[in-house]
Amino acid sequence: MEQAFFFYFACVIAATSVLVVALRNPIYSTLALLVMFFHVAGLYVTLHAEFLAAVQIIVYAGAILVLYLFVVMLLNLKQDVRYHRQWPMAAAVGATLVIEAIILTAMKGSTTPAVATDAETAIGGAGNTAAIGDVLYTTYLFPFEVASLILLVAMIGAIVLAKKDVGEREA
Amino acid sequence: MTVPLSYYLVLSGIMFLTGVVGVLLRRNIIIILLSVELMLNATNINFVAFSQYFHNVAGQVFVFFTLTVAAAEVAVGLAIIIALYRTKSTINIDEFQLLKW
Repeated sequence: MEQAFFFYFACVIAATSVLVVALRNPIYSTLALLVMFFHVAGLYVTLHAEFLAAVQIIVYAGAILVLYLFVVMLLNLKQDVRYHRQWPMAAAVGATLVIEAIILTAMKGSTTPAVATDAETAIGGAGNTAAIGDVLYTTYLFPFEVASLILLVAMIGAIVLAKKDVGEREA
Repeated sequence: MTVPLSYYLVLSGIMFLTGVVGVLLRRNIIIILLSVELMLNATNINFVAFSQYFHNVAGQVFVFFTLTVAAAEVAVGLAIIIALYRTKSTINIDEFQLLKW
């Protein structure tokens, strides 16, 4: 049963991620990415990360994707966009990664999951959100503050970059 | 736990590979940013899968930091796209050669 769910989510995720790259119209690509985000959230639920599934839908599908759709529709692209001329480079990198993936899957089963020892083991179930919050605000408090600083800098940077007079003066 | 960990790794590998191919092949700069999102999601799946299999919640915490970086990247990247579109009236990356000597 769990495997059936996994294969459904995996097939949809793989298919939609290929569609994101392959489709010509950016709006269709963005909508394919939306479907992918929802199925990744479903995959998180099967992995007992319920809070992350909710955050995935709220942040990715709710905020990030709306921003993408807004920009795509704002720019109103009519031109035909084709593939890049760099495809031999892409083929080389892709072939390397495929070979690495094959080697890694051929070597599977040689390790066993470590036995949980710490106090950070309360995972899954109803305590998932509490466990994440407990670790996030104690062990990872400083990275959390740094992440908030990154968001502040990104917000200021986006406002400065998209301001009209700056772009025209430097043009 | 009926689904082996390697299945999740293969899925995330496929996603990451698709993102790399998209970044290298497409000329539309919005699709390139979408492909970067694909790669970030592939790493998130890895983080959550390892967090589940090693019974350590720290992996899920790191997904939050990835999410933060993704949000910042989207905001700054789309602002850059709008500024570029204002000066060049295109989003084809072959046209952006200002830094090329």
